[in-house]
Amino acid sequence: MASVQIADVRKAYGTTQVIHGVDIDISDGEFVILVGPSGCGKSTLLRMIAGLENISGGEIRIGPRVVNDVPPKERDIAMVFQNYALYPHMTVADNMAFSMKLRKAPKAEIDERVGKAAGILGLDKLLDRYPRQLSGGQRQRVAMGRAIVRDPQVFLFDEPLSNLDAKLRVQMRTEIKELHQRLKTTTVYVTHDQIEAMTMADKIVVMHDGIVEQMGAPLDLYDKPNNLFVAAFIGSPSMNLLKGTIKPEGFVTEGGVTWPIGKHPADSNGKAAVYGIRPEHFRLDPNGLKAEVVVIEPTGSETQVVVRCGGQELTCVFRERIDAKPGENIGITPDTNVTHLFDAATGKRID
Amino acid sequence: MAARLQRAAFRSQMRIPARGPAHAAFFEHGSVMVNSAIDMTGNPGRRQSERTLWAKLQGNRNWLGFWYMLPAIGILVLFLAYPLFLGVWLSFTDTKIGRAGEFIGFENYEWLWDDSVFWVSVFNTLLYTIVASAAKFGIGLYLALLLNKRLPFKALIRALVLIPFIVPTVLSAIAFWWIYDSQFSILSWSLRKLGWISANIDFLGDPWNARWSTIFANVWRGVPFIAITLLAGLQTVSPSLYEAATLDGATPWQRFRHITYPLLTPIIAVVMTFSVLFTFTDFQLIWALTRGGPVNATHLMATLSYQRAIIAGQLGEGAAISTAMIPFLLAAIGIAWYGLQTRKWQQGGSND
Repeated sequence: MASVQIADVRKAYGTTQVIHGVDIDISDGEFVILVGPSGCGKSTLLRMIAGLENISGGEIRIGPRVVNDVPPKERDIAMVFQNYALYPHMTVADNMAFSMKLRKAPKAEIDERVGKAAGILGLDKLLDRYPRQLSGGQRQRVAMGRAIVRDPQVFLFDEPLSNLDAKLRVQMRTEIKELHQRLKTTTVYVTHDQIEAMTMADKIVVMHDGIVEQMGAPLDLYDKPNNLFVAAFIGSPSMNLLKGTIKPEGFVTEGGVTWPIGKHPADSNGKAAVYGIRPEHFRLDPNGLKAEVVVIEPTGSETQVVVRCGGQELTCVFRERIDAKPGENIGITPDTNVTHLFDAATGKRID
Repeated sequence: MAARLQRAAFRSQMRIPARGPAHAAFFEHGSVMVNSAIDMTGNPGRRQSERTLWAKLQGNRNWLGFWYMLPAIGILVLFLAYPLFLGVWLSFTDTKIGRAGEFIGFENYEWLWDDSVFWVSVFNTLLYTIVASAAKFGIGLYLALLLNKRLPFKALIRALVLIPFIVPTVLSAIAFWWIYDSQFSILSWSLRKLGWISANIDFLGDPWNARWSTIFANVWRGVPFIAITLLAGLQTVSPSLYEAATLDGATPWQRFRHITYPLLTPIIAVVMTFSVLFTFTDFQLIWALTRGGPVNATHLMATLSYQRAIIAGQLGEGAAISTAMIPFLLAAIGIAWYGLQTRKWQQGGSND
């Protein structure tokens, strides 16, 4: 196992720069997830760690060693691909043993390691099957088995769950997390799904347009997003964002509604800003702001309500059940301890 | 987790047989509808049993299938089976052009057995087929691998490679005829200018020179077909397999040996079957270049058959030579069929 240091790494294809100086420190045994919308450079960064892409600038270290010019096979990493990349003409056992056969490991050792990995992943009964004969989840497990057998310093996952159906995805998420807790191998995982990131990571790196927007523990990112992009990206349903101005009496939106705000710097009065509030931080309150119900979506455990307030639609999630019909008015109040304020011009967090 | 896996395994086992009954049910249902439709229009009574039989036939897949196949069978019989059997029949007669022959049993074959020219043509055909096919495969595969790399002007180069294949055989044969000419050969001229030889090479006048020259011309013509087909096969191999193999520590040679080659074998089997069949039955190139000369040194079975049957008019004897090619061709197809059998890894249901 090893730490991974990414220092001021850049990537350019010809004159087009796609990664603009990224710094990430990954400590030994950490589970780090790179998350961001497509085209943000997260997969490219992962492939640079793997050695499948050249590094245009900066430095990547695995353990104490700078690996910029080290060929992939000597980096001591294993990667799980989005389409699994299983060798179709080899059985499950041969797929897992391939890397060891290439370096001519003794047969007994190969059998032992393959057997162990198969045991961990519950593949014992499938060792003689070919990839075509497996289901998506089983293939996914074989791909992980191939990585485990090599006992690498670092695991790299490139959107490994995006080819699975929703139910299997949830299940594999748990399995991968469990696996990491068992093996404690440093893991870098790429996904565009923020729920995957929230549920699995020790540390999330939110990327956007080739830069790191914010890095930190999942709940820190959730509670204190540094900027508008992270605020909107993390969380589902996503945060309500309202444009307006900070005034002494509260936050006045463009629609003329005044929202209560909590602590904020004294010099921010009169500033154009964006007010952010997560759907679950609304409370039903007859004395609160009047909002017209647009859609009610009960899920059983909670009720998601889309309301219109001051000409803008907001999403609220309540723990209690609601009788209101669409078109009726309800009163809502935000929890001012957990509202967010962002500078309208820069998108940066104000408080 | 074990229970989950068992369930998944059970599902994948169930999936395959599940298709059969589903289809059968659909067709039964279909025939029931046909039955009832006819019952409604016709009146029940004396002709009931006939109608039911007719209705049964209408719903019968094999009966319908037979009628759908009939046009294809007709074409195959007229243009393939009839000429083939006529050829075999002629080989047992002493037919000449302008004279209907009589059945003479195996006399033509006995005659050929003692004919040294026939045996030379058999030897030539085997040499021609084996050497040319092996060379075409080697060069074609190499070219395909090169063309599969990132090259500047890739599309243009790929198009250029096809040129020998596009040119009509007779035209390229005439070009080669000039290249191999005993007086005006550009090869002899160039080598003489370079000072490597002092006299012209007699490409088509010497038996072994002529054999190698015709083989070279055949290879030149046949390589593009193999290269382009194998290139198409190479492009179906997912790049992430190579990336995975690279990370697994495979050298370029190991990637070819363990990934490219095994994934390409089904296509290699198809393309080499065609190549062997076309080369074995080659006629145009030889006829345009040498007409089987010098002293029968380049006669293939096909050219010898043509010469005996059409030029010399001995239809029976020519047909016997043609018929003698059949066992060789069957053997080639047999080997190819063996190579084409679906491998284990290609079987089984896909879940995507």
